[in-house]
Amino acid sequence: MFSSFMVNTWVAASIVAVVGGVVGFFVVLRSSAFVAHAIPHGAFSGAAGAALLGLNTVFGLGVFALAGALGISALGRKGRHDVATALGLVVMLGTGSLFLSWSAVYAPQIYALLFGEVLGVSRAELWPIAGLAVICLVAIALVYRPLMLNSIAPELGEVRGVRDRLIETAFLLVVALATSMTVPVVGALLMFSLMVAPAGAARSLSDRPSAAIAWSIAIALVTVWAGIALSYALNWPLGFFVGTLGAALYGLGRLVGTRRRRLVLPTA
Amino acid sequence: MSAHVLEEQETPVLWLHNVSADLAGRRVLDDVTFAVQPGEFTALIGTNGAGKTTLLRVILGLQPTSSGIVELAGERRGRRSVGYVPQKVLLDPDMPLRARDVVALGMDGHRLGIPLSPRAGRLRRDRVEAALASVDAIDFADARVGTLSGGEQQRVLIAHALIGEPELLLLDEPLANLDLRSQHEVVALLARVAEERRVAVVMSAHDMNPLLPVMHRIVYLAGGRAVSGTTDEVVRSEVLSALYGHHVDVLRVHGRILVVAGGEDEPVRPDGEEPGSVESGIVSVP
Repeated sequence: MFSSFMVNTWVAASIVAVVGGVVGFFVVLRSSAFVAHAIPHGAFSGAAGAALLGLNTVFGLGVFALAGALGISALGRKGRHDVATALGLVVMLGTGSLFLSWSAVYAPQIYALLFGEVLGVSRAELWPIAGLAVICLVAIALVYRPLMLNSIAPELGEVRGVRDRLIETAFLLVVALATSMTVPVVGALLMFSLMVAPAGAARSLSDRPSAAIAWSIAIALVTVWAGIALSYALNWPLGFFVGTLGAALYGLGRLVGTRRRRLVLPTA
Repeated sequence: MSAHVLEEQETPVLWLHNVSADLAGRRVLDDVTFAVQPGEFTALIGTNGAGKTTLLRVILGLQPTSSGIVELAGERRGRRSVGYVPQKVLLDPDMPLRARDVVALGMDGHRLGIPLSPRAGRLRRDRVEAALASVDAIDFADARVGTLSGGEQQRVLIAHALIGEPELLLLDEPLANLDLRSQHEVVALLARVAEERRVAVVMSAHDMNPLLPVMHRIVYLAGGRAVSGTTDEVVRSEVLSALYGHHVDVLRVHGRILVVAGGEDEPVRPDGEEPGSVESGIVSVP
């Protein structure tokens, strides 16, 4: 499990977990779980298109993730946000199915994009993952306070010159970047899970934003580490473990959260 | 009712000259003129749809005007110093955020990067502590903000708006959805802020009665038009009748003021509100 072949897997999965935990905190704070669902899944069709054209699938994925993020942001200007997001997702999935029907290289490669291929990360694949992770984390650190203010109430930000549309677009781009870096490793389904479940559990565990982010990272790490170990031992797909462990830890976090609040409330 | 501030000829903090504004082709503000002096408590009174929120957004620079001028004293000196408490901020109880975090964001929420210097951190904590103390929010400073009561949340948002030390504090319906006791607490707090810190407070409300003891000036809005002055100058039958464009009675009962629509034969206005619908003490006029 800890052979040199597996070292890259552990490193890649850990990087993915950290980014998923941090970006996920804001996904959950902004109630953008649906966006975190739509961008990775839609981006998968970009990878399918790239495979069809014989291009690098990660490149295709990145282009579709960014295009999807900008599309959702532009559509959200007019209509309601969930409808815009759903339309972005549907268009991308539809295009993806078309590409898949044309493609000869289909099966395992595309399958890995949805469900991950964590047991076969090469050293060469590690560098782009690390690079994109740094970009994501620096971007979040840079807009941390305006993003926080905008997430609480956009009007509070607007009067301080924090433009709602700008923040929303910047945030969607970070989600797209996080998607591009992680989908080739853990797959679209898992990335969605990593951006929602740990952060969802973490917000019950602390009232302080910085502590909640730390919890979110820790829970994401535990999820992927346990997932890899179980997947390695039982030879079941990693996706199953990350998805179910994420949900289980979320449930556990909520439980602890309610207990915490019950302990705190009577004295308050 | 005190009118002392109106007599002093200071430089106004806020000055609107003949301001008009349109929303989706409809005139929402029509030739509004008034000025606000430092430390003055101004109530922006009108029914729903009278243009209160639009007027506040115009002052904040979030809503463009069609004509007229908005002058802010702070802006002339190159520093925009307006604090704002928006209407109906929904603070999610699931949000991992303490009251003090919300207040801190009022100071530097627009800045990029993460503050790391320990000295700056201490200064920041002290300022947040002082702001919390000034609205009597120390007791629940570390509580999750979404779980606080409406009145407590309103105080936290006022501290958020005040921590930047503005000359002008704008509040959009801060008393909406508060019980009577919380309403009194918030009004008393705002009066103290105006008095002690010389901050000009402009707040909108649909009922003027809770504000009668503390306000220096009323800006009465109806159908986008406004009259301003002291309560005695503005809230009079002939002034409000002229503003509404039909007869209105002003009744004073046990220290409360009721504005009542005129005769039964009044036509219903296009905005659909029935004449004489009662709304928290004001009998509103369409």
